[in-house]
Amino acid sequence: MGALLQVKDLGFSYNGSRQIFKDISFEVQQGEIVCLLGPNGIGKTTLLNCLARLREPLQGSVLLNGEDMADLPAREVARIIGYVPQTLIPSFDYTVLEYVVTGNAPWLGTFEKPGPEHYQRAEEALQQMGISHLAQKPYTRISTGELQQVSIARAIAQKARLILMDEPTAHLDYGNQLKVLRLIKDLSAKGYGIVLTTHNPDQVLLLDAKAAIIDHQSIFHFGSWQDILTEELLSAMYGVPLRLIEVEGIDRMVSIAPSL
Amino acid sequence: MLLLIGVFLSLSLGRYSNDPIKVLNVLLSKLGMNVPVDPAMVGIVFNVRLPRVLASVMIGAMLSLSGAVYQSVFRNPLVSPDLLGVSSGAAVGASAAILLGAGLATRQIFAFAGGILAVLVTSLVPRLLRNRSNMMLVLSGIIVGGFLSSVLAIMKFVAEEQTQLASIVYWQLGSLASILGNELFAILPVFLVCSTLLLLLSWRINILSFGDLEARTLGVNLRQVRTIVIICASLLTASAVSISGTIGWVGLVIPHLSRLIAGSDNTRSMPVTLLIGAIFMLMIDTLARTVSTVEVPLSILTGFVGAPLYALLLYKQRTRLE
Repeated sequence: MGALLQVKDLGFSYNGSRQIFKDISFEVQQGEIVCLLGPNGIGKTTLLNCLARLREPLQGSVLLNGEDMADLPAREVARIIGYVPQTLIPSFDYTVLEYVVTGNAPWLGTFEKPGPEHYQRAEEALQQMGISHLAQKPYTRISTGELQQVSIARAIAQKARLILMDEPTAHLDYGNQLKVLRLIKDLSAKGYGIVLTTHNPDQVLLLDAKAAIIDHQSIFHFGSWQDILTEELLSAMYGVPLRLIEVEGIDRMVSIAPSL
Repeated sequence: MLLLIGVFLSLSLGRYSNDPIKVLNVLLSKLGMNVPVDPAMVGIVFNVRLPRVLASVMIGAMLSLSGAVYQSVFRNPLVSPDLLGVSSGAAVGASAAILLGAGLATRQIFAFAGGILAVLVTSLVPRLLRNRSNMMLVLSGIIVGGFLSSVLAIMKFVAEEQTQLASIVYWQLGSLASILGNELFAILPVFLVCSTLLLLLSWRINILSFGDLEARTLGVNLRQVRTIVIICASLLTASAVSISGTIGWVGLVIPHLSRLIAGSDNTRSMPVTLLIGAIFMLMIDTLARTVSTVEVPLSILTGFVGAPLYALLLYKQRTRLE
């Protein structure tokens, strides 16, 4: 069984002039979490968007279950990859259920409308996220944390096996950040592959995830955190001193800044 | 049901006679029943009132449906169907026909062609600039609309004041006074085909309203669906405007009202929009021909009714707007 997602020598530049990143290769297996780390503006979101085929890479290829994604129809890609954007900008006040049911789109013909079984699937996705009580609420009037859960629920209704998330914790308070990380961990335990971008290296440790790092010199590092996360790399990448310490009492490593 | 009652009531109202019993008898006799009929009434009902009633129903449905679609596709509840220049194009077309001294039929064809041409030019600009975002299309619509309103101004400036200028102004206010049966048959196919397509695509239109990024990650063939939807909505508006002249407010207000009644999900609100639009326009046109001895242009009435209605809707939704 090959990898769910295989990235080969990927490179990207805007208008062919400024190279954003290059020579990026890694794999994502089922049930794996990969965190994309890197300083601001280095191209984390651009890389994520290349994986979602929202942008076309200049060099290299992305294989989905062994098939080149560039050759697959959009519908096929959407049946495997779900995308959770950093923020949803609601325009009309659809109910949460009406929103989540659109996850069925890649499984329906252009002129088809969702039937009872599709609403059922959407309700199950809400249940998995523990937000069934929100089903009939307009999605314009729920909290940012709830909106993030709704967005993930749609990816589940989509029956995606790989979920891409652009800074899933960006606009959340500390409690909600941890709750969303918990959800991500649960999803990976259920066999979903997950790629997310983050600004917080400690999340890699919290999630016990693999790290994909584009460092300050645009050099790509990939591997389990134990293998590639070092104080030197983190400090150089973010341009501030950072420590990696084993903390007694919580039995895990943390990435933390010394006193300022 | 409400629509049928409305149609009947509207058929009963008019300058010749306001007796619903007579009208009912005329309709029943047409269905093969043996009832006493007023022969003059038969002519009035079938040749004068019925085409007009049907036209108002169809035009109301067309304008409000395309308004609903435009609002969803452009993710903006303040958008009306003339966003991409349909109405200004049609106005220029109709005015050109008036200046050339052409008859009614030519005027309608010119108006239709003008409306469609304007939308084509609007959709060409983003293509030339190689930026196919929605925002570029909206800006392009503003450019084309602005240019066309200047063209229209020149036409008005050179028009002969007493006759041509008056015709242009009157056309821009909208009226169904001179409607004939065969015009209905000309726009009926457009109405049937485009409305059916749009209603079939109503769920996809929900997805379009999430924005390009989300639609693409859901595997929707964005360019294809958006093109079909915009073409259908523009055809609807252009056909409606070509026989009635420009009519304001309907395409803006009715979709709002429908969303308030049926919710935002287009699979439910679009059919409701179609019906309410039809009933609304029927009421307006009936008012237009009965309220005084001279015909009142439609845009005057839609403005007087539509603007306060819009204010009322905003009042109801005020907590949702931030």
